[in-house]
Amino acid sequence: MTDIATAILWLTGAVFALLAAAGVLRMPDVFTRMQASTKASTLGLGCLLAGAALQMGDFASLIRVASIGAFVLLTTPVSGHVIARASYFAGVPLWEGTVLDERRDRDAAVGTIQDDDATGETSGGDVNAH
Amino acid sequence: MLEVVSQITLVMLGAALLIAFVRLVKGPTLPDRIVAMDLFGVLVVALIVVLAAWSGVRATLDAALVIALVGFLGTIAYATYVERGDPQ
Repeated sequence: MTDIATAILWLTGAVFALLAAAGVLRMPDVFTRMQASTKASTLGLGCLLAGAALQMGDFASLIRVASIGAFVLLTTPVSGHVIARASYFAGVPLWEGTVLDERRDRDAAVGTIQDDDATGETSGGDVNAH
Repeated sequence: MLEVVSQITLVMLGAALLIAFVRLVKGPTLPDRIVAMDLFGVLVVALIVVLAAWSGVRATLDAALVIALVGFLGTIAYATYVERGDPQ
């Protein structure tokens, strides 16, 4: 029974890890690649960790596996955000099919306000918050 | 049965590492390579955990924890470097 659950969890986790790698290879730009890498690899590692904890079964291993899982769950979104922020401000080109770039839209809206010396509502949203 | 499943899992994780390595070599910009390195870290942690559960050597779990920590710090350091320099 434990072996069956471990087998299912490990195969699921390996499939998700492989999907993360395939996404990193096949996606068109840095931001979509980072999306595929962070989400799928976190879920895959979570499944593999759960299977390993189930298989080992003692308390010391459970504590170590749980701390690895909690740490990866906390740090992967942070590192993904930091990479995306750094590459956006470094001027890495977005994919040509990108439909939404709120930062560029907002900068454009702020630019028109300064050019036209207008204070009314614009399509750029809440510009006073920044 | 678990013997076969763990071998399949290890082979799939190795294939994922190879695919990430292709992106590491090809990656047109530096952030692409950083994403591939970040994925490397997570995949190596997964590989070590599965190996530890398969072989019964529990001490390697500590190594997996350390690799997860150092991988995160390395990614943050690379991102800081990118934000100050040229992405090519």
